[in-house]
Amino acid sequence: MNRSPYITNAPTVSSIMFKVLLALLPGIIVYAWLYGGGILITLALATITALTTEALVLKLRKRPVQPFLSDYSAVITAWLLALAIPPLAPWWLVVVGVAFAIIIAKQLYGGLGYNPFNPAMIGYAVLLISFPVIMTKWPAALSFAETKLSFMDQFNYIFNHALPASISMDAVTSATPLDYLKTQLKLNQSMDAIQAAPIFGVLGGKGSEAIALAYLAGGLFLWQQRIITLHLPAAFLGSIAAMAGIFWLIDPLQFANPGFHLLSGASMLAAFFILTDPISGPTTLKGKLYFAAGAGIITYLIRVYGGYPDGVAFAVIFMNICVPLIDMYTQPRVFGHEK
Amino acid sequence: MNAPINIAGLLEKTKDVFNFHGGVHPPENKAQSNQSPIGQLPLPNQLTLPLRQHVGNIPNITVAVGDHVLKGQLIAEAEGTVSAAIHAPTSGTIAAIADAVLPHPSGLSDRCITITPDGNGTWTKRHPQDWRQGDVKTLVDSLRLSGIVGLGGAAFPTQIKLRSARSPIHTLVINAAECEPYITCDDILMRERYAQVVHGIEVAQRLLDAGSVVIGIEDNKPEAIKAMQAAVDGTDIQVKVVPTIYPSGDARRLVYLVLGKEVPHNKRAAEFGIQVFNVATALALYRYFEFGEPAISRIVSMTGNVNQAQNFEVLFGTPLMHLVKAAGGAKADTSHYIMGGPMMGFNLPSEDVPITKAANCIIAASPTLFEPPPPAMPCIRCARCADACPVRLQPQELYWFAKSDNFEKAQDYNLFDCIECGACSYVCPSNIPLVQYYRYAKSEVIALDKAQEAADLARERNEFRLARIEREKQERAAKHAARAQGAKAAKTADKSLATTDKQAAIAAAIARAKAQKDVVSTAPKNTTGVSAATKAEIAETDARRTAAGLTESKATDGDKQAKIAAAIARAKEAKVAALDAKNNKAN
Repeated sequence: MNRSPYITNAPTVSSIMFKVLLALLPGIIVYAWLYGGGILITLALATITALTTEALVLKLRKRPVQPFLSDYSAVITAWLLALAIPPLAPWWLVVVGVAFAIIIAKQLYGGLGYNPFNPAMIGYAVLLISFPVIMTKWPAALSFAETKLSFMDQFNYIFNHALPASISMDAVTSATPLDYLKTQLKLNQSMDAIQAAPIFGVLGGKGSEAIALAYLAGGLFLWQQRIITLHLPAAFLGSIAAMAGIFWLIDPLQFANPGFHLLSGASMLAAFFILTDPISGPTTLKGKLYFAAGAGIITYLIRVYGGYPDGVAFAVIFMNICVPLIDMYTQPRVFGHEK
Repeated sequence: MNAPINIAGLLEKTKDVFNFHGGVHPPENKAQSNQSPIGQLPLPNQLTLPLRQHVGNIPNITVAVGDHVLKGQLIAEAEGTVSAAIHAPTSGTIAAIADAVLPHPSGLSDRCITITPDGNGTWTKRHPQDWRQGDVKTLVDSLRLSGIVGLGGAAFPTQIKLRSARSPIHTLVINAAECEPYITCDDILMRERYAQVVHGIEVAQRLLDAGSVVIGIEDNKPEAIKAMQAAVDGTDIQVKVVPTIYPSGDARRLVYLVLGKEVPHNKRAAEFGIQVFNVATALALYRYFEFGEPAISRIVSMTGNVNQAQNFEVLFGTPLMHLVKAAGGAKADTSHYIMGGPMMGFNLPSEDVPITKAANCIIAASPTLFEPPPPAMPCIRCARCADACPVRLQPQELYWFAKSDNFEKAQDYNLFDCIECGACSYVCPSNIPLVQYYRYAKSEVIALDKAQEAADLARERNEFRLARIEREKQERAAKHAARAQGAKAAKTADKSLATTDKQAAIAAAIARAKAQKDVVSTAPKNTTGVSAATKAEIAETDARRTAAGLTESKATDGDKQAKIAAAIARAKEAKVAALDAKNNKAN
C-alpha cells in the first residue's frame, strides 16, 4: 500500500457473506428434516443458476468474474429465494426466479453494491405475481403428514412434475397457516376453530415454527459475529408484534396473536437475513429502525388486509424505495455541529 | 504492552473521561521502540535544513554559502506573521543553499541550507529568559526567534498559538495521547524528561494565562502516566488517563475526552477558550526560555523493519539513513520508509531526505509488515466506516459523492470535517481507500474554489477595465468639448474688445428686439386652441388696438409695430380666406 492507512483490520466481503450462509444452515437443516430433502435440490438448483447467470452477465459486462463469484453474494440471493418459495416448486420456477433476481435485479443495476432492491425479494415478487397458484401451495410438513414423499419422489416431482401413482397432489399440499387463516376468517370461522386445524403448531405453523426458531438462532450467530446489529431485527419483529398485539387485544377472535405472526411466514427469515442486506438497506442507525419498523407494519397490513397471504417481499421492496429518503433524513449529528 | 486490558482497572483509571463516537484500536506496536532509553546519534557529515519545515511562510535566509555558523545561530528568520525561524543545529560551515528533495508526500524539491559540521558543537551566545517573572508579551514576542513549531506533527508555529488570543484561554490541554501505533517519542519523553516537560507546561500555562491544565495520556503508557503524575504533584496540573482508542490524539477528540466539550466545527479550540499543546512542544518552550536553546533537535521514533527500534534525539537536518543506521540498520526486505504512524503517515519519496521538525516517527516498511491490500471491491454499504468515524460522518455517503465528483453534496455531508484519520479505511471490508477519495474531493473543491476566485477576479478586472475605458472616453470627450468652448469664448472676447461700438449697436438692437418680444408676450396666451379664423380676428383687433394706441407698447416704435401687426393680420386674413375657399370647394 502506498498511502495511509497502511494497516487494516476488516473481515473481507467474502467472509461476511460466507458467515451469512453459515447462519442459514440451522434453518436449512430443520427445513430438510421437516419437509424432506427436496429443499436441498432446490437450493442446489438455485445456487447453480445464480452462479451461472452471475458469471455470464459479468462476462458480458467485461467485469472480472472470479472475485465477484467468490464473494458469495449471489449464493445468498439464491438461498434466500429458494427458502422463500414452496419446497416442491418445479425446477423451472427456481431457475426463472433466481435468474431474474441476479440478471435484472442485481447485475443490470451494476452488480454487487449497486442494487437498490433486495434481489431475492424482487425474484420472489416476480414469481408470486406470475405464478400465484404454485407459489401459495405448500406441502404439509412431512413429519406430520399422513402421506410421505421420499427424496426420489421429491426429485421426480421437482423435475418431472410427477408423483407416484398412489399419491395425489392434494394429499401432500395444503395452504400455509397464514393463507388458511385469511380464507377461514373470510368464511366467518372463529379464531379458536381455525387454530385448531392440524396445520397449526404451538404458536405458528406446525413445523414451520421450528424453522423460524432455527433462523432466529442463525440470526443471533450473525449478531454475535458482529455481522449484523440487532437494530433491524428488533425493529421489524417489534413492529409486527406491536401491530399484531394491538389488533389482537381489540378483537382476539378476528386477529391472530403476536406470537403467531412472529413465527409464521417469513418473519424470522426477513428479520435476520433479508432486511439485514446492507446494500439495499439504510446505513444510519435511526434509519435502520424506521426502515425495519416500516417493513414490519406493511408486512402485517398485507397479511391481514392485502391480497397475498404474506407481505414480507412487498414490504421490503417498498421500504427499499424509501432508503435514500430515510438515509437523508436520519443523518446523525456531526461532531462539533449543532443538531 | 499488548496485555489484555483489565476492564475494572480501565474503568477505574478512565473515569471522568468522555468517550467520543467511533474510533478503532489497531495493534499498538509500541513495545518495539519504547524499551530502551532515548539514544544519541553521532554527528552526521552533513545537515540539510529545508526552509519549508512548518506551516506558513518560508523564512528568509540570513547566511551565505561559506559562512561559519555556531550551534543555535539563526540562519533563516521568520517571514511575516505565520512563519518559523531556522537555526544551525551545530557549529559548522554553510556548504550549500540549494534545492533538495523534501520529506513530503509530494516528493518535490525545495530550497535547503546545507551545513557541514565542524565537530566542535560550539554554541552561539544563548539568552535565557525568566519565564516565571518576565513580561509575557516580551516572552511571547521573543518566540519568533525560537523556531519552535508544534512537534505533534502539524508543525504550526508555536508563537501564534501563544499570542494573546481574542478570546482568553481558560484551559490548556496537553496532548500526550500519542494514539498512533508504533510512535513512542512522547511516551519516552515523559518517562525520561518529566520534570522539564512539567516546567514546559507551566511556561505555556503562564504565557496563556490558562486557569486549568489537563494532560491527556492514553492508558497504554503506564510508565509515562506514573512519571507525569509524580511530576505534577504540588502543581495545579491534572493528569487524565484516556482510553486507548485511535484517534484520541486528534486535538478535538482529546478536548472532548478530557473536558467533555465539543469544539464547534467552524471554530478553533482557541476561540472556544481552549488551547492544545503537544507535550514535546511544551518541553521545547521550557528549553528555549530556561537555557536559551532554540529548536534544533527533537525526539524521533525509529521503528518498524529495523534491527533495533529505538527513540533518538535527532538534530534537524540529519539524513534519514544516518538515523536508520543508528537503529541497527534496516532489514533486508525493507521496501521504503514511512514518516508518521501507519494510520496517517506517508511514504517518504526518497531515502535521501532529512529529518525535519514534523518528523515524530520513521517506520521502515516491508511488504510483510504492511501487506499490500487485496483489490478494492464495491461498497456494500455495511456502514462499518460510519461506526468507526470519530467525527460521526457518513463515510459511505462521502465516498459515493467523491467518486461521482458530486462535490457540492459531499460538502453538504461535511466533507471538510473529515480529519483523514483513516479509521474508515481501517475497517472497510471492501478495502476501499476511502481517505484517498476524501483527500481527492477536498483538493478538487479547493482547486475549484481557487479557480472560481481567479475567475471572479478576472471578471472584476475586466469589468474595471471596461469601466476605465468608458470613463477615459468620456473624460476625453469632455476635455475636447471644454477646449472647443474655451476657443469660442476667446474668439468672442477678442471680437468684443476690437469692436466696442459695433457691440453697442448690437446691444441696442437686442434691446429693441426684446422690447418687441415683450409686446408679443403681452398678447393673450390662450390662443393655441382657437381656429385660424378666430386667430385672424384676434390679430386684427390687436392691430387695430395698437393702431389706436391702446396697447402699452412703447410709443417710440408704435407706428412700426402697428404696421407689422397690420401686415400680419392681412397675411393671416388672406390665408384664412384661401383656406375657406379650399374648404368650400372640397364640400
